[in-house]
Amino acid sequence: MKALIFLALAACAFGADEATLQKGQKVYEYWCATCHGPGNLPGTVALQTKYKGAKPALLSERTDLLPAVTKTFVRHGVSIMPFFRKTEISDADLDALAAYLARNKK
Amino acid sequence: MSITPPGVSSKDFSDALKQFEETVGKEWVFTSDEDVALYRDAYSPFWGEPEERVASAAVAPYTVEQVQAVMKTANEYKIPVYPISTGKNLGYGGSAPNLSGSVVLDLKRMNRILNVDERDASALVEPGVSYFDLYRHIQDRKLKLWVDVPDPGWGSPVGNSLDHGGGYLQPMYRNHFDSHCGMEVVLANGEVMRTGMGAMPGAQSWQQYKFGFGPWIDGMFSQSNFGVVTKMGFWLMPEPDAYLTGTVSVPRYEDLIPMIDILTLLENSGISNGMPGLGSPILGGFMMPQRAPEVTAMLQKDGVESPELHKYAQDKGIPFWSCTVKFYGPEKAIRAQWEYAQEKFSAIAGAKFKDDEFYKFPLTPDQFNKVHKPEMGIPSLEMFSIGARSPYNPTPGQGHIWFSPIIPRTGEAVLEANKVFAKAAKDFGLPLLSFSLPTTYWMRSFIFLFGFPITHDVATNKKNRETFKQVVKVAAEHGWGEYRTAPAFQDAVMDTYSFNNHALRRFHETVKDAVDPNGIISAGRYGIWPKHLRGNKPGGEKA
Repeated sequence: MKALIFLALAACAFGADEATLQKGQKVYEYWCATCHGPGNLPGTVALQTKYKGAKPALLSERTDLLPAVTKTFVRHGVSIMPFFRKTEISDADLDALAAYLARNKK
Repeated sequence: MSITPPGVSSKDFSDALKQFEETVGKEWVFTSDEDVALYRDAYSPFWGEPEERVASAAVAPYTVEQVQAVMKTANEYKIPVYPISTGKNLGYGGSAPNLSGSVVLDLKRMNRILNVDERDASALVEPGVSYFDLYRHIQDRKLKLWVDVPDPGWGSPVGNSLDHGGGYLQPMYRNHFDSHCGMEVVLANGEVMRTGMGAMPGAQSWQQYKFGFGPWIDGMFSQSNFGVVTKMGFWLMPEPDAYLTGTVSVPRYEDLIPMIDILTLLENSGISNGMPGLGSPILGGFMMPQRAPEVTAMLQKDGVESPELHKYAQDKGIPFWSCTVKFYGPEKAIRAQWEYAQEKFSAIAGAKFKDDEFYKFPLTPDQFNKVHKPEMGIPSLEMFSIGARSPYNPTPGQGHIWFSPIIPRTGEAVLEANKVFAKAAKDFGLPLLSFSLPTTYWMRSFIFLFGFPITHDVATNKKNRETFKQVVKVAAEHGWGEYRTAPAFQDAVMDTYSFNNHALRRFHETVKDAVDPNGIISAGRYGIWPKHLRGNKPGGEKA
């Protein structure tokens, strides 16, 4: 229940409804988790190395990801991570993804 | 928009774009700088330089009929188009065209898995389907089929096979182009054609018999620019009962030659049917013990032929070479195959053997997390660990390109290539290569894979480009040719395939002029330029 309340609050904070968050989670799992999911995946190891535990290595556990930050990385890439075209992640999908990753924003 | 296609008036370009919009819908024609920038090659060796190959626009059809209509429009207005599948050919050009100003024909939205047949272990897919998509489709339906995947699983079976990509399963699947069966192709004039049995209306065996009747032309649509492939069939591997690997190690430097000969015999006889792995316990390297500092000192002093090093290996009892052989099949059969392999390798005095992995399928969750996934037909992006930030690589670059020559499948060739490339590295100021072992994607040849870093520093990229071209030339002087390369080097590589005054390229050009007289498809791809852009200088860089 606490989680639901928190989710609802976070959703309110960024104007994202439950359907958007669910859609964002699907986009995350399809496009991002293959590199940023749990385990020794390249994106996860890269963020673990960069932040040395100061921030969660898993994107889905971050509490500081403003939607604009997610959008910048997706559309501009970083290091060896390429940018993603709109035929891959549409603007609507990116809005949902950004809302999902911002759901824990403190 | 910042650029227009070369030789096309602004009005014609604008009219063509309007027709593209009418065909695919306005939202699927991309013309703003921001959207077109997403079609840059993220690993471009020309990043940020005027020579970087960039698109003028992109159009993303959803159906083959839309592809036909787009091609008719492009042909009418002579608009150069550059088809991509999933656009993830990183290291070999990504989603950017060879010719700046081309309109990228982005086929990502055509992502339908049209058929997966468990009974004959085949699939028919569109270009936008990724390996992840096909794998998930098969898993969701609990089909006992494996897909042979390349290291990065976000690529497309269609695009990867057309660019001659490879994977890790049994040899007949590992060569992705070899494992395709049947194509649908939209030609430059918008006509749609099917190859193999697909040319017969109502044929029931499009994914069962490759050749149909008459000349087999599928190869002409790989690494080329003669058509837009909109469907491809593939043969899939039935899930095996089990997987077994074992390693043979041999003591002496010169044992490399018989070790590879025996391995080749085992593979060509179908005894070893997984992708073997070559290693050197004394020299260390990927998946090997760490190299002793004194070995490094001996290598730096006299190279791998150092008698001192050979004696050191003997005295310490550290094998010079190893070969991991791999087997898919019923447990009883593959244990017998491993036993037979050991008998054959025992011809080398001092050969030792070690049992490695053994799995039955399906894998347990623990096994799933532990295995090298592509060897189990599981798509993954784990290979990017090599270039990504990590404790071993705290300051990662911006990507890589591959220098990847094919060499003969012999120990002699491996040793010779190492001498040649070590000298080239020294001559061109590259990091010194102590010793490299080839990759074994292909049954009948070896391939070396050397990564060149991509940075966002113009001077560094320029130096690396020049060096890359130099090593292409050095390799060619020894009869070793690249199997695939990024657009920046396709002219230079094609120029090395020059037998009889470039007869092969001239044939490509004859075909190009016949099937695409306006030269609208992927101008310059793999060194094939349309007549109006051909110029006189072989190997010259076209911007």
